[in-house]
Amino acid sequence: MSVELDVFVGNTTIMDEEVYQLWLDGYTVNDAVKVRMEGGVMDECEASKDVLLSDTMDQYRTFQMCERLLHSPAKLANQLLFQIPPHRQIMLIERYYAFDDTFVREVLGKKLSKGTKKDLDDISAKTSVTLKSCRRQFDNFKRVFKVVEELKGPLVENIRQHFLLSDKLARDYAAIVFFANNRFETGKRKLQYLSFQDFAFCAGQLISNWTVGAVDNMVEDMDVDLDKEFLQELKELKILITDKDLLDQHKSLVCTALRGKTKVFIEMEGSFKNLSRGLINIAAKLTNTKDVRDFFIDLVEKFIEPCRSDRWSAADMKLYLTHYTNSAHILDTFKHQVVWDRYMGVVKSCIFKMYHD
Amino acid sequence: MPGKLKAKIVAGRHLPVMDRASDLTDAFVEVKFGNTTFKTDVCPKSLNPQWNSEWFKFEVDDEDLQDEPLQITVLDHDTYSANDAIGKVYIDIDPLLYSEAASVISGWFPIYDTIHGIRGEINVIVKVELFNDLNRFRQSSCGVKFFCTTCIPQCYRATLVHGFVEELVVNEDPEYQWIDRIRTPRASNEARQRLISLMSGELQRKIGLKVLEMGGNAVVGYLQCFDLEGESGLVVRAIGTACTLDKLSSGSAPNTNTHMHPNTAPASNACNSPSKDGKEPVFVEDLPSSSGPPTPFRALPTSSSPPPFSPSKPCSRQSSSSDTDLSLTPKTEEPHSVRCRPGIFLCPSSPILSTDTLSLPGSGSVGCGRGSNPRATTSAPLSSIQSDSALLRKSVSFTEDLLLAASGMGSGGSAGKEAGPLRTLLRQQTQTALEQRGASSSGLLLNAREFPFFTLTSFPPGFLLHVGGVVSARSVKLLDRIHNPDEPETRDAWWEEIRQEIKSHARALGCHAVVGYSESTSICEEVCILSASGTAAILNPRYMREGCLDIGCTDHRFEEPSPPNCGFCHIPYDELNMPFPAQLTYCYHCRRQKVPDVLFTTIDLPSEAAVAGKGCLIQARLCRLKKKAQGEANATAISNLLPFMEYELHTQLMNKLKLRSMNALFGLHIQISVGENMLLGLASATGVYLTALPAPGGIQIAGKTPGDLSSEHISSIQKRINDTIAVNKELYQINPPKLFALDPEVFCGINMELAEEGVGSPIPEPRHRSRLFRSHSESSDELSELDLSHGKKDAFVLEIDDTDAVEDIHSLLIDAPPPTGFYSCNTENMPGISNWTSGVQMFTSVRVLRLSNANLTNQGLNKIFTDLCENLLKSFYFKLRSMIPCCLCHLNFTVAVPEEELIQVTVTAVAMTYDKEQTQEKTAEKPVNKGSLEAEEQLQFPLELCADSSSSNIQTASKISGVGESTNMSPRAASVDYGSFADRCSTWLELLRLKAHTIRRGSVKTSRRTQSLAHSVSSLERCSPLQEGRSRSLRSSRSFGGSSVTVVKMTPLSFLPGTRIIKYLGIINMFFIRETTSLREEGGVSGFLHSFIAEVFAMVRAHVAALGGNAVVSYSMKECVFMENPNKNQAQCLINVSGDAVICISETDQESSASTANTGQTGGSETDGAT
Repeated sequence: MSVELDVFVGNTTIMDEEVYQLWLDGYTVNDAVKVRMEGGVMDECEASKDVLLSDTMDQYRTFQMCERLLHSPAKLANQLLFQIPPHRQIMLIERYYAFDDTFVREVLGKKLSKGTKKDLDDISAKTSVTLKSCRRQFDNFKRVFKVVEELKGPLVENIRQHFLLSDKLARDYAAIVFFANNRFETGKRKLQYLSFQDFAFCAGQLISNWTVGAVDNMVEDMDVDLDKEFLQELKELKILITDKDLLDQHKSLVCTALRGKTKVFIEMEGSFKNLSRGLINIAAKLTNTKDVRDFFIDLVEKFIEPCRSDRWSAADMKLYLTHYTNSAHILDTFKHQVVWDRYMGVVKSCIFKMYHD
Repeated sequence: MPGKLKAKIVAGRHLPVMDRASDLTDAFVEVKFGNTTFKTDVCPKSLNPQWNSEWFKFEVDDEDLQDEPLQITVLDHDTYSANDAIGKVYIDIDPLLYSEAASVISGWFPIYDTIHGIRGEINVIVKVELFNDLNRFRQSSCGVKFFCTTCIPQCYRATLVHGFVEELVVNEDPEYQWIDRIRTPRASNEARQRLISLMSGELQRKIGLKVLEMGGNAVVGYLQCFDLEGESGLVVRAIGTACTLDKLSSGSAPNTNTHMHPNTAPASNACNSPSKDGKEPVFVEDLPSSSGPPTPFRALPTSSSPPPFSPSKPCSRQSSSSDTDLSLTPKTEEPHSVRCRPGIFLCPSSPILSTDTLSLPGSGSVGCGRGSNPRATTSAPLSSIQSDSALLRKSVSFTEDLLLAASGMGSGGSAGKEAGPLRTLLRQQTQTALEQRGASSSGLLLNAREFPFFTLTSFPPGFLLHVGGVVSARSVKLLDRIHNPDEPETRDAWWEEIRQEIKSHARALGCHAVVGYSESTSICEEVCILSASGTAAILNPRYMREGCLDIGCTDHRFEEPSPPNCGFCHIPYDELNMPFPAQLTYCYHCRRQKVPDVLFTTIDLPSEAAVAGKGCLIQARLCRLKKKAQGEANATAISNLLPFMEYELHTQLMNKLKLRSMNALFGLHIQISVGENMLLGLASATGVYLTALPAPGGIQIAGKTPGDLSSEHISSIQKRINDTIAVNKELYQINPPKLFALDPEVFCGINMELAEEGVGSPIPEPRHRSRLFRSHSESSDELSELDLSHGKKDAFVLEIDDTDAVEDIHSLLIDAPPPTGFYSCNTENMPGISNWTSGVQMFTSVRVLRLSNANLTNQGLNKIFTDLCENLLKSFYFKLRSMIPCCLCHLNFTVAVPEEELIQVTVTAVAMTYDKEQTQEKTAEKPVNKGSLEAEEQLQFPLELCADSSSSNIQTASKISGVGESTNMSPRAASVDYGSFADRCSTWLELLRLKAHTIRRGSVKTSRRTQSLAHSVSSLERCSPLQEGRSRSLRSSRSFGGSSVTVVKMTPLSFLPGTRIIKYLGIINMFFIRETTSLREEGGVSGFLHSFIAEVFAMVRAHVAALGGNAVVSYSMKECVFMENPNKNQAQCLINVSGDAVICISETDQESSASTANTGQTGGSETDGAT
């Protein structure tokens, strides 16, 4: 005696958020039943394991049928197959496009290609996110990337409207797309200490300041690529380290401002030239795609690590960078104030974000 | 030429990719009606094509308009090879054919393919221009309204109820035509879908014609069914109640000018004749003496021992039986009387209808058996045979009573060959009946085909006077190929037989009408069980036409009107001449009339009935194995089993009813399903405690022989039963008023002897009856003594004499009560709950069980079947737990045996939330609600004025707050019903749409459509999704998505809580076939069926939305035939659904016209902005 067929279909599609999450997390039906049993739903309605199994199967099937629609969320609103109340639709989409920070951290900056997809089982083993869930998340990234790649206008807004995501989630996806597009290196050991949110913040900074759309969002170009002109102009900043006078002048201005305000003043004074060279060189090299990819690793190697070895506190860092940035304005012979601000504004906030253990 | 049909193909969306190379589709559309086909241009390379076609015009007969569906086929253009079909849409034009329903069909329809399911959507506009045709010989019946609803539809008033209409059409099933071997499954499925669509159109038209002939304008309680008879053909049949309906603004007022059709009259004449017939008491008196065994039901096995009849025998018998006068003689054969004996105790479906009643007044009053009656009375065994055969065969008709069990089958089996004789036989019967009637009712001519049946299950107050009990009839037939589709006479004759039997049963109960009438079939291979059931009743003669009123003067009971809340319980039959054993008492309400101890009916609980506590679903489930057999032998075996099954189902129902401490069943539906090696029986009903009826006694356990089982064991079971009863009393809040508990008049002479006599028989002892009938000659004073038989406390005794009996009792106790917060019923109204909130969830669930163990016993099978049903219920409770407190209403179980080892159970029901707090004070609450509504209306304007003069009296203030609560989205409502919040949000928009729709159809709606068009254009171009997205976000800053899909609610009930139906848009009757050759890929059988059911829902919703509606009421899934072949990776499923498309508006919204105007403006500007 066995149940050959067992379905339950409601006119309004019945969905349990808990089961949905289990499905998204890639649990098999049996595992999901176990989790639910432990969760204590059984007591609620005098249910037995069979009831739970049957319910879980029904919901899993529903979700599988919905999945096709979730791939283009706009369809969910005007499809006829499922009658889902609007607030449920929002929940479905938002959860479907949600991802695990540990997982995304692994693929961040990688090419969203078949090759990467093949490595997903390794990532799954490493992050203990189920392979099924990894695939869904990866496919989401890829799908969003593909759709947004070709679109004009602001990246975040495009994602938000095309996939009907919340602002927060849309921003995260923008970061992922941006990283994937520019192939920023994030996997090196030295960068391991950084979380996805750190990168997402940095990506947000880069998107809103260094892309074409940042200057003029009516311009018909993409938001995912860095502003080439700006990158060219960054070369001009080299004068700050190549001109000996300018360098000294800059240093003295910074040191005057910092004196007495920090415990690590000696160290700051000592490493000024190195740090300045580091930052300016990063800027100057950004015209090369290869160096763009290494942007974050450079920031860490050239700036964050030296500072950390000198035991700067985060406050010290903030103080230093603020004065470092502002002092450049006082330099008479330095003409590239606009570019400098655009560059340092981003670098400064990135470093602030990245300067932690 | 009375009609012009116009169709316009606007656009498509979400089309499937048909060209792998480009990932796009070159779609075009063919629009076909009758033999005319139009095509649109090809819209190249698009998944969201914009055809925006011209109006395709078809000039057609209105007859065709009724029969034919509009057929829309979406194809992919292919230059080099044949065009590939994407899918089809069938649109039923019928709703456009009557003025009061929809005037345009317009909207997005899912494009459906029988192999791939839904593949995108298409936007279509359909209109009909109808010219009046006054030709009285016309074949069409345009304008007759159809309702599935089994009560008078909400916004109508019945001025006349004409009565029963029925029709059936037959055809060859395309699936079994030779051509099917060479055509594709798709072509075959489409041929079938189209044929059934045509047939149901034709059927509806023919029924419509009958209604027009009768002078009516509507069919209420329209029930259409398909019989897929396989090789032998396809039958589409329908029954309904013809009415003349008047449109009303609100409610129905039947008291004014309501009449019954005259065909009810002869029946009512008949009902009083038994009492005059002096022979009957004698006849009955003999019965008890011969029915000695105290446990008739144990005697059954022995009774079935006589050898089966040879197939030839019934045939010869049948021919002899056509001679009515001689008919009784063959029955005196001894073996028959042996096997018949227990039959007397078998109640086919209710205690009310014990079988011997069938024969007795049936023959007595109608007089069809005629000269035989005297003979019957002289010989006891003879009479018992008669009763037995009537029961066992369940096949019918007085003359045929004489035929033995096998002959019921025999008549069916030989129907192909002997249809002629059968027809003549019938004609003879009706002839005699007619003559008989003619004599008694002053030459009133009657069409023999008319029956005083009503498919309605609830009636306007005052309509239903008395309820007799359930009447049912079954007949086993052997199917034969339908040779001539134009003459469906065989099938007609079969049903006529059954209806005749029902009619005679009703008459036996002293009733002139049958209400809550329905018919069904179960087919396995070549065997077909036809079933009909209903509730015998007396309807108010005041509402009947003149000429039928003679019924009134013969019965004194009509002189004084019965109190509405108990009147229907009063027995319609003569208490001195009870057609069957029942214990009568004076009504616990009015104490003036007699009531039975239990009441079984197929109708809904009358709204005015006085009830204690809440109702609950009661089910009896039964499996019976049978040997595999072919042809007539098989039919014999089945017809032999039927009475035992009915008896056992009935016993189960009775026990479970007692166990719940209730005394009446409503909505009783007994289904017996036939499979190759088993029969399944499922009886569902809603139990309730009627305060007019006596309190049910408990259940007493007794060992047959004291030594058999330890008395401890028995007492432990007894304790469990008593505990269960106590728990149930608590659970269902059954605290009947103790009004008459100590009334001496009722309880004066409790007769303890009788109590003992009752031991041993679940059905009241025949001896009571004998006393009763004897008392006919006694003075009426002594009658009261008889009632007292009822007074004993434990009238119901279960006897444990073997392990089976123990099992039975255990299975009784298995039924778990629903978890806290849940109630369930299978009727329209949940007894004891009326304060519904707006949460509604209709669902369908299908479960198929495979029995792997080949050698199962009946007991084992019963257990499996019971568990299956119980587990289904448990699943529902669990799934719907978020709706607590809630009630599962209209739980409709259907069972089938699709293959040898499979059991399929299909359930459709609706879960509705209710307000727990208000439950107790519902009566008090209602007027308050009404008051606030009135206040709302009155205060709509003054509200602002009052605002500054806050010193207005407290009462007004409270009223205002009440208004605010109901008009605004009140926090209270939200807290009561989580789901309703979203509903309410959309209600305003919906309301606006609907208003626009009803007042000036098209204006606002069009703007909505263009908006959605713009939508699809932009997504089509794909270069500006941003714009699309922006416009969306603009449109719906708060409510997400700006969904362009109308929310369509569905319910099997005739109403939606918290709303008022303002318009019926027409009947929805759809038939779909889905087939797959990649079962595994579609998620196995469950995945396949899950998506199919979801698709069916989607298509129903789309059609309703296109008609301009927002809900389907009286929805039912009448057929769900599932076949699989996992080895070939194939499966096929057929689903037939029906319901009434309606526009309903929220009760709280409808009065607030002022605020509607406001929302209308803002809503309008909103949509304008979007477009």
